[in-house]
Amino acid sequence: MGSNRCCSEYVPAKGETVIGIITAKSGDVFKVDYGGSEQASLSYLAFEGATKRNRPNVQVGDLVFAQFVVANKDMEPELVCIDGSGRANGMGVFGAAGLLIKVSLGLVRRLLAPHSDLRADLEQLFPCELVVGMNGRIWVRAASVQQTLILANLLQSCDTMTAPQRQQLFRRIQMGAL
Amino acid sequence: MAGDSVRLSKNLLRMKFMQRGLDAETKKQLEEDEKRIISDEHWYLDLPELKAKENLIIEEKSLVPCEGLFYGRLSFRGFNPEVEKLMALLNPKDKKEEEEEDDVSHMQTDVTDEEMALRYESLVGTLKKKFAKKRERATMDEDDVNQNIVEKNSKKAFLKPQD
Repeated sequence: MGSNRCCSEYVPAKGETVIGIITAKSGDVFKVDYGGSEQASLSYLAFEGATKRNRPNVQVGDLVFAQFVVANKDMEPELVCIDGSGRANGMGVFGAAGLLIKVSLGLVRRLLAPHSDLRADLEQLFPCELVVGMNGRIWVRAASVQQTLILANLLQSCDTMTAPQRQQLFRRIQMGAL
Repeated sequence: MAGDSVRLSKNLLRMKFMQRGLDAETKKQLEEDEKRIISDEHWYLDLPELKAKENLIIEEKSLVPCEGLFYGRLSFRGFNPEVEKLMALLNPKDKKEEEEEDDVSHMQTDVTDEEMALRYESLVGTLKKKFAKKRERATMDEDDVNQNIVEKNSKKAFLKPQD
């Protein structure tokens, strides 16, 4: 199961959405860490409704859900938080009251696959929301701190479990053992 | 307005502030006209037209379209209704779901077609009655809505008494 390797580094690809962390603000551009070999740039105008006078409320340390518009080996990668028509479509700053974890790239693929068992299992668990970045970062939030922690641990252990083991763990959680 | 009081020169018309009022169409026409003016000094290659070869190999660096991966924001059991709306909007639709939707909408239009036909049958008759004169209305009432002609008794004519 090559997709369980947790040391494979993410390589940016145009059009993919990732979770980035704002590391610096230099002039009109933010520097974003997405877990790759270099940092990406994110223009302050690349947010929905942003203009030169109406700057978006983005601080160093914020989490952003963004997509790559430039991603090749010759140029610095560039991110934006809007689509072609200028709409956010769920992208932008987020992160209040949740937890960010690092998982393998294979788990992201399994989580977002069209007919995913993992997603079906999560649906049976408890109300929660996730933001999944193709760079192997997942942000989770549930109704209580405890549930959020359970969810985070669950997803991180999914990397090293087989499907039956995972389903057993899910059942234990559902019955309130943890 | 007084006709043709001032004639504007060609150069004036070509200036940027005069072009702003023009339509996109007229702008395009002007550009094309300028391109067509090829003087003898304009050099060109006397070669046959070269066709660009069609490249049948497409390079795709991202896994997302290959595997049909879902949108990155997920919400379960209604935790975040806005995210659930985004999921419905942005996720690649199942083929089966699409077929079901088509069937349902097809059925709906079928029913409405029949309903429409029935409604129009009676509607035409009602409106016709409204605008018809009293004498015509009397004869009309005898007919069936579906134009089934009922046998009418012949008009009562004078019968000569037999001797």
